[in-house]
Amino acid sequence: MSAFDLVLSGDPKLYSIVALSLYVTVSATLAACAAGLPLGALVALTRFPGRHSLIVLLNGCMGLPPVVVGLLVYLMLSRAGPLGDLGLLFTPPAMIVAQAVLIAPIVAALTRQLIEDLWSEYRDELTAMAIGPVARVATLLWDARFSLVTIALAGFGRAAAEVGAVMIVGGNIDGFTRVMTTTIALETSKGDLPLAMGLGLVLIAVILLVNAMAWAVRGWSERHAG
Amino acid sequence: MRDLASTLPIVLAGVGFAAGEVCILRDVTLSIEPGPPTVLIGPNGSGKTTLIKLAMGLLAPTAGTIRWEQPEPAVRRQAIVFQKPVMLRRSAGSNVAFALKAAGRTADMATVARLLDRVGLAPLAARPARRLSGGEQQRLALARALARDPEVLFLDEPTASLDPAATKAVEDIVASAAAGGVKVVMATHDLGQARRLAGDVVFLARGRLIEHAPAARFFAAPATPEARSFVAGELVI
Repeated sequence: MSAFDLVLSGDPKLYSIVALSLYVTVSATLAACAAGLPLGALVALTRFPGRHSLIVLLNGCMGLPPVVVGLLVYLMLSRAGPLGDLGLLFTPPAMIVAQAVLIAPIVAALTRQLIEDLWSEYRDELTAMAIGPVARVATLLWDARFSLVTIALAGFGRAAAEVGAVMIVGGNIDGFTRVMTTTIALETSKGDLPLAMGLGLVLIAVILLVNAMAWAVRGWSERHAG
Repeated sequence: MRDLASTLPIVLAGVGFAAGEVCILRDVTLSIEPGPPTVLIGPNGSGKTTLIKLAMGLLAPTAGTIRWEQPEPAVRRQAIVFQKPVMLRRSAGSNVAFALKAAGRTADMATVARLLDRVGLAPLAARPARRLSGGEQQRLALARALARDPEVLFLDEPTASLDPAATKAVEDIVASAAAGGVKVVMATHDLGQARRLAGDVVFLARGRLIEHAPAARFFAAPATPEARSFVAGELVI
């Protein structure tokens, strides 16, 4: 069966892998946004000792190697690790944690830059209106909402495409923790190219769809919110 | 609603402002009292914007003192329109609603519509604020400022980049606000505009207050050589 046949026939094995991949990556993106958006806004709007070092660290962590993140999360979740009692290793939640750790710095660093730029534009107006600190953060996040969606989608794209971290902490267990990228790597090594290529097509389609959504969100926002 | 304690008078005594080594304003003594519009005129770089921001409390003086009748900044009934106002990324109506809420006022549709109508933007309530023309944005900024029900309205060259029709629209709103009892303090380098709107004129040059006089007297008989040159249309550098 060719790769296209697998995709078009609705092969249950292929689509169960796609479903798990989307579940893991969407969950990781939400978790990364929950941590990264407020952290980025906080760093953008506050001044404290070590702030510049934190910004350099956040920016540097945007390029974290997935296998290193996988290794660190593995050490945390392994039986001997500090979170070993949770029993998460080689489960989808462990993969979610690894991907969230991988993309949270991306979300935080880009949010920090975005909010800082917006604050320099809004500072005088919001100060003149006597807007308090909490309302200030809310206003900036709301006015940056469409760009923040783009940041979240960039994080999603990075998480969806990575293989090293989920391979290490998920174990690539058939029917349980096997996702698109790990399956492509495994099936290619086994010589089952149709399944690998079918998943590759779906993965590319998902990433293109995500980018199309980002483009559409920006276009819509320019037309409706200015 | 907020405390309605008066903001005026605003008394500046020996006020100076320096940014690093650069002295932008020096030794300005001025009292802003209730009454007709006070217009700050002077060439570019004379310190008009800095003086407005100091009087508004957006900048702290590096010399001298400023005393407001209402010392608490958050409850001063004052508002400002900048030369290039920043429009929030939402509709014109939502921009006004935001200003109403920020002022602790009810942001119902009727109040928003009334304010937009006051500046001639009622038909554009749903349009994204950043897609309005320059003149419309300036009028929306005025609506946002008026949403604060200000006792003092600071205007920093609000018509600097507008065509004559848009300038007239803005001036009409300003004149209407002043006639309604709002103290207008406006910076401009447009002498014609100063003649049309000013009750009294503060003339600044090179960071100094050169002359402060009732508008009629200032334009008829300026007391200083710099003011005479400026009123005569000569270049004051």
